[in-house]
Amino acid sequence: MALAENSGGGRRGSPFLRHWVIPAGKTAVSIAVTMLGLLFVTFVIGRVMPIDPVLSIVGESASPATVQAAREQLGLDQPLVVQFWYYLRDVLHGDFGTSLLTAHPVSEDIKRVFPATLELATLGTIIGVVVGVPLGVVAAVRQGSWIDQIARVVALVGYSMPIFWLGLMGLLIFYGILGWVGGPGRLDIFYEDIVPQRTGMILIDSAWAGDWSVFRNAFSHIILPASLLGYYSLAYISRMTRSFMLEQLSAEYITTARVKGLPERTVIWRHALGNIRVQLITVIALSYAQLLEGSVLTEIIFSWPGIGQYITNALLSADMNAVLGGTVVVGLIFILLNIFSDLLYKFFDPRAK
Amino acid sequence: MKRREFLAGTAMAAALSTLPMTLAQAATPPNMLVIANRIDDITTLDPAESFEFAGSDVSRNVYGKLVNFDPMDLDAGYGPDLAESWTVSEDGKTITFKMRAGVKFHSGNPVTAKDAEYSLRRAVILEKTPSFILTQFGFSKDNVEETIKATDDMTLVITTDQKYATSFVLNCLTSTIGGIVDMKTVMEHEVDGDMGNAWLKTNTAGSGAYKLISWKPNESVSLQANPDFYLGKPAMERVIVRHVQESASQRLLLERGDIDVARNLNPEDVKGITGKDGIAIDSELRGRIMYISLNQKHPELSKPEVKEAIKYLIDYEGMQNSFLNGQYAIHQNFLPRTYLGAIDDAPYSLNVEKAKELLAKAGVENLEITAGVRDAQERIEIGQSIQNTLAQAGIKLNLVVGTGKQTLSKYRARELDMYIGAWGPDYPDPQTNAGTFAYNPDNSDDAGLTGLLAWRNAWNPGDLTAQVDAAVIEGDRDTRKKMYEDMQREFLKTSPFAIMFQKIEQTGRRDNVKNLNLGGAITAVSYWPVTK
Repeated sequence: MALAENSGGGRRGSPFLRHWVIPAGKTAVSIAVTMLGLLFVTFVIGRVMPIDPVLSIVGESASPATVQAAREQLGLDQPLVVQFWYYLRDVLHGDFGTSLLTAHPVSEDIKRVFPATLELATLGTIIGVVVGVPLGVVAAVRQGSWIDQIARVVALVGYSMPIFWLGLMGLLIFYGILGWVGGPGRLDIFYEDIVPQRTGMILIDSAWAGDWSVFRNAFSHIILPASLLGYYSLAYISRMTRSFMLEQLSAEYITTARVKGLPERTVIWRHALGNIRVQLITVIALSYAQLLEGSVLTEIIFSWPGIGQYITNALLSADMNAVLGGTVVVGLIFILLNIFSDLLYKFFDPRAK
Repeated sequence: MKRREFLAGTAMAAALSTLPMTLAQAATPPNMLVIANRIDDITTLDPAESFEFAGSDVSRNVYGKLVNFDPMDLDAGYGPDLAESWTVSEDGKTITFKMRAGVKFHSGNPVTAKDAEYSLRRAVILEKTPSFILTQFGFSKDNVEETIKATDDMTLVITTDQKYATSFVLNCLTSTIGGIVDMKTVMEHEVDGDMGNAWLKTNTAGSGAYKLISWKPNESVSLQANPDFYLGKPAMERVIVRHVQESASQRLLLERGDIDVARNLNPEDVKGITGKDGIAIDSELRGRIMYISLNQKHPELSKPEVKEAIKYLIDYEGMQNSFLNGQYAIHQNFLPRTYLGAIDDAPYSLNVEKAKELLAKAGVENLEITAGVRDAQERIEIGQSIQNTLAQAGIKLNLVVGTGKQTLSKYRARELDMYIGAWGPDYPDPQTNAGTFAYNPDNSDDAGLTGLLAWRNAWNPGDLTAQVDAAVIEGDRDTRKKMYEDMQREFLKTSPFAIMFQKIEQTGRRDNVKNLNLGGAITAVSYWPVTK
């Protein structure tokens, strides 16, 4: 987490200034530079690709005059740097251009697809943490026991099973045969467009509107794909938790605590786990960020209109406005999660201050 | 990823077909039709621009046209729609349409000849991909004011640059680009002189059986019945098309009763649900054709006996019944079945002895040829099958597999001995295929007529070229039909093309859904006759 290093601060001035204002300013500059770099690299890659965006707009049978007019209209006759400047200016005004594939403004598309991914990834991460952390802790404490073995197998399966297969089997069993959960899609069609869209996350929107039948339906649709994603992040989180814990449990302060006669519960859950919080935050943030990029295969199987499918489709059809827009969003997520975990470090670890 | 998906999908299909299942049942409401389809090809809903399958499905149900196909009787050909009747001038160049009275757009505005004039002019002026369907009649930006004209609110007059068969012009007007838009509504949304193109990409302004409620890209299309539809309010109040990419997911949804129709089932899934309670499988012919062709520059391949011998060296039935099962049907003529003038003649089947005789007669021995194949699974399999059967008569076939672009550019440069290809018609008139398979006015290399399949194979079709020209201007529909039939019979014997198969689309539906017509080879799906 490179941004943590920015929090040194000046020697003079009030503690508030030193601890919060100056680091915040540095962080802001760092975000701006990172975003600018990200935009520039993606933009250049998009422009040097041997695909002519004009042709996909005007069609192959257009006259040379039409092609030229479209080229000028898009500003493609300008030098690359000028084109980038125009693009940057538009982006700063919140305008990512129009997607060739969907004919909608990219910002509108992202407003539609990102909440779907956010909802799914958040629930997935919650499941991953709630199950993965305790599983990792218990596996470390009872190293070599049957619980440890089970945790190992669970993680191994999570790492190695193709998500495509696991997803389809999940659908077949829990939706097809047992009928416990909803099928592909975010809602049954009867529930669509009932609650007003506020956040785009149906669970939150329906709870906000107090419409619990929609909430229940949305939950029945999201729980299977979220569990699937949760399983994958659980596999990672539990393995990492276990190895962090093992390191702590062999440390001297744990022996001291035990000698002092502290209850084992306190030793493990408060002292040992408390000391790996910072490392765990990094692991969880990384796994969350990964889910937020969108899981293309999960989205395909569950007909989940998320950002993973959106960016992939855009890439495959050279829809550069959509690719750039999507990349900016994903980049922003990484940066924000970075900052967020930095803040948590400061909160949990006095040394980081 | 593709391969992995494919393998996983196959494994899944295998697992699905072996598991004994009793699926819990749900059902969609009686006045709602829910369809799973791949709709990620929609990039625009503007009829002047739309040229993709899922887009045409929407357009057909939202926009009325001057003339149209009756979904319950596609074989009848075009009939009146927003135009109640029409007359053709003596010189065959001018068609005068009388508009149907009392029809309204979804906005409530009346449908007039002015709207028809605007819609057709607009399609010509905007010059989008499908505009050639209209401009081939000589309409251009500069002359539309004279050639497409509403003389009053109920009369539209169109004048072509020369005489064409009326059926040719009218067939073209049934395609998506012939959709009549609501001029007032569209012009209210014009931006920078775009004739409402940006707005119509994502909105609709039609008079058809359904109006668009929403199109969420890669997610769904929702349509609402138009209570004022001139043929009567459709039984299905709402139609929802959901984007479901995976065949296995579509199958589960159909079995559970959460959808009424699944449009992209793969052969394994079709097999898995055939005969299950409450589910019916429909097979409908589409327009795509599979063929092989022989380059007539090749000294041996241009001999009539060799051409005929190779047509006897293709295992049509074997392929149809094995790897193409349920996806392609044997068809040996250049017009897809359901097109005007289509015939069913299929004189060729695998006959190695007969082929050997023909080759001996031509004095051909130890022939070795090279075929270009695109890297698509089914074409490679077809190539391998032909390689095997040609070998039985002593012809060595080398398959060169390349990307679409590589193979096509060699084909267009007349460099391949043999090509294994597919062809999809552009508009619902026989000219779309006749004008490329059997038409080549100048066979020289310099002519560069790369758009014509006959030219690409260096084939001079002789008097067929003149016959194609004649059929295009024949005013009488029955005579014209006969002309195409005769052309195809001659083509079948003399051409260097062995046309093999026509595409079939298999659809799974709940068996309470009636009268669903996907449009065959000539048009798109129609929702308004559907009942449950």
